[in-house]
Amino acid sequence: MTALDELVARLGEVTEPITDPVRLRTYECDGLTYHRATPGVVVLPGSAEEIAAIVRLCAEYGVPFVARGSGTGLSGGALPRTDGVLIVTSRMRRILEIDLADRRAVVEPGVTNLAITEAVREQGYYYAPDPSSQQICSIGGNVAENSGGAHCLKYGFTVNHVEACEIVTPDGDIVTLDRTDPGYDLLGAFVGSEGTLGITTKVTVRLSRAPEAVTTVLAAYESVEQGGAAVTAIIGAGIVPAAIEMMDALAIEAAEAAVACAYPQGAGAVLIVELDGPAAEVEQQFAQLRMICADAFELRVAADAEERAAIWKGRKSAFAAVGRISPAYIVQDGVVPRTSLPRVLASIDRLSAEYGIRVANVFHAGDGNLHPLVLFDDAEPGAGERAEAVSGRILDLCVEHGGSITGEHGVGVDKAGYMPKMFSPDDLDTMQLVRCAFDPRGLSNPGKVFPTPRLCGEVPGVRKGVHPLVESGEAEQF
Amino acid sequence: MAIGTTGVTLREAGDGDRVGGVLPRWVALPESVREVAALLRACSQEGLAVVPVGGGTKVHWGAPPERCDVLLDTSCLNEVVEHATGDLIVRAQAGLTLAALADRLARAGQELAADAPSGAGETVGGLLATGLAGPRSFRYGTPRDLLIGMTVVLPDGTVARSGGKVVKNVAGYDLGKLFTGSYGTLGVIAEATFRLHPLPAERRWIEVETGRARVRELAAVLAASQHEPSAVECASGDGVRVAALVEGTAAAHRAEALLRESGLPGEVRDTAPAWWDEPLDGTHLAEVRCLPSRVGAVLDLAAEAGAALRGSPVTGRLWLHARDPELVARLRADGARVVLLAWPDQWSDQWSDQWPDRTAANGPEGIDRWGEVSAMALMRRVKERFDPARTMSPGRFVGGI
Repeated sequence: MTALDELVARLGEVTEPITDPVRLRTYECDGLTYHRATPGVVVLPGSAEEIAAIVRLCAEYGVPFVARGSGTGLSGGALPRTDGVLIVTSRMRRILEIDLADRRAVVEPGVTNLAITEAVREQGYYYAPDPSSQQICSIGGNVAENSGGAHCLKYGFTVNHVEACEIVTPDGDIVTLDRTDPGYDLLGAFVGSEGTLGITTKVTVRLSRAPEAVTTVLAAYESVEQGGAAVTAIIGAGIVPAAIEMMDALAIEAAEAAVACAYPQGAGAVLIVELDGPAAEVEQQFAQLRMICADAFELRVAADAEERAAIWKGRKSAFAAVGRISPAYIVQDGVVPRTSLPRVLASIDRLSAEYGIRVANVFHAGDGNLHPLVLFDDAEPGAGERAEAVSGRILDLCVEHGGSITGEHGVGVDKAGYMPKMFSPDDLDTMQLVRCAFDPRGLSNPGKVFPTPRLCGEVPGVRKGVHPLVESGEAEQF
Repeated sequence: MAIGTTGVTLREAGDGDRVGGVLPRWVALPESVREVAALLRACSQEGLAVVPVGGGTKVHWGAPPERCDVLLDTSCLNEVVEHATGDLIVRAQAGLTLAALADRLARAGQELAADAPSGAGETVGGLLATGLAGPRSFRYGTPRDLLIGMTVVLPDGTVARSGGKVVKNVAGYDLGKLFTGSYGTLGVIAEATFRLHPLPAERRWIEVETGRARVRELAAVLAASQHEPSAVECASGDGVRVAALVEGTAAAHRAEALLRESGLPGEVRDTAPAWWDEPLDGTHLAEVRCLPSRVGAVLDLAAEAGAALRGSPVTGRLWLHARDPELVARLRADGARVVLLAWPDQWSDQWSDQWPDRTAANGPEGIDRWGEVSAMALMRRVKERFDPARTMSPGRFVGGI
């Protein structure tokens, strides 16, 4: 019997495990379907205590575990282990407390991002981070990935809106990490650690007051360069819009084919700018924006919520929409300093021509977060490899320009190999110290984020004999 | 002596260099990140304890170190490494003063939206090491929310970087957050990169006076206002003065509207009330943290004890200037977290360099300096990994870390 078999035999003490191969297969990937692995066993616990008991069993048998929320992640962060336990939090979806006086809500990890906003919208509040999967993605997953969204230019990311998390540590202890506690900011380190430091079992989020006014503008330009110049001018004028999004001609074509968003004909780029805040402020900033966008060949202003939704429709459908114009595609996520955008986009054009691979560009222009959609025909021999190459070269461009290999999708299993392009061995070893403090045996979501983690206790640069964990079969050395 | 061969400027320490009463042997003045690394490597080889210090405005905060052989003074690390105005980011060395940084940024119409009231000479490193939040944290967050990248030097001389120079970035663990508020116990903060904001076009303050019983309700109104104040502060005395800052476009108009919403007589002014950013001096200073809805109770307890409180009723962070252990105990019993920042240790009164049997549990006047910490076991494990020989500011932080 393997360690996993022995563990499965005892899981029933805590919760009924899923072992049926057909049901296990439904959990074999997250939103990044390119990577697949059938989990050894799946559990759907109903409480923090159950998760703690499961994790303690994993620790006892030395079996790795992976946490999963709604499975919408785009970097394979919730890719299961064939030799491990997949802990799915989707049954834990109660909103435990809403405290408008203190502007906070306490929720279980399986609660969806949007459900929090829906619970407080009528009172004039909302939960600010808005990843595009917000209708289904879970708050526990948001904490793991430090999710952003279109509006994080002004409002920040998950880490800026989480006040406390109750977690189950890789030892199986239930611990609260609270922003107001004295001591190290373990909460700040935990948010965005992609499930490698433990499992979130309860989240206290900050609620934001809805703005008095929102103005959404769509500006159509003949070229991406013109659109980019407008972005620079907006930021240069001291305006911090809630969002600035841009799409190029190919992305517009796809959105048009998919949802008939009726963006201006012949646009080489469209810019969506959303201003929000006090009405007096929005009004003045809108007047400035009109001047800045004077060279746009068409400017549309949403008069109401319906028109705002119409403007956003094309943008929000963009990822899925490219399926209409290409049999297969890769969604990339990289960041460059905003001022490098024009040069990086020109380089992407050259890469596209060099490899004969089309790239549709959709991006959060305000913060330089690119989402190039690399299009290819998977029936064509070699096309997938060329698309992969273009996708990888785009990340190289991001690093060369001082940016990041991921702005919001996370490293997961997909980009672990790119981490050494952005960080030195010393940087990665230092991050590993945090991992070793939380999870010395490396059982919590192993194989994610870091390319070849050093074993805890191993002295950098010195490798002698066989590590005891390797000898006992508890760990692998790469 | 290996530290003498590193090339780093050293001088013998004098009485003015004491940290919480402890006299270091040397003061080191590294001029580059490389020199910080060389110095720490040499100190670790010799088992010397190191305490980093910037402008020294808060060096007396926290517990006195168990040992301090070398005071690492960052004041020669005072360069702006990069200010990318179009990208609204700045990368600065740890010893740069916040005042010098602000001057530099203002020339480009930008600012670092950190306004901790700690006085002249405060440095980037000191701000981060204490994680101190000012009034405007209500809108902009605390220093860790403005930080986007950090370069640190570990006790063994390893130079490590995390984050980067773009705001949106989720690659790798955020070591910057871990080091922010770590009181020099994990390593030395050498450089930091921040996101910036455009300098507000206008600023206006409103100020009103109310009774303690009404502060909570008033603060809730101001916090929820769609005129979006950036900060709301209060100062308790006979009554409670409450002021709010409105900044940005149409600030004057919005401030008038906010004042009307408060329902109280008061005035709109273009300068802050005198008490707004008074420096945090005095021998006894504690930070009180509570939920905004508990601020009224905290004000009541302080008033009963005759103690003055100042701070934010909307973030629940307040400053207590009083040497009153009983009040600290009562506030903690009421659910507030109270951290004794500046509060001389009974040992330091003796100015003794050797304190056998000293443990963190022996806080000043028998009270735990930090109060209860829920994830203490994990924090100890983090400390053990980063500083296994306990040479970085030993004993200064929670649980005697």
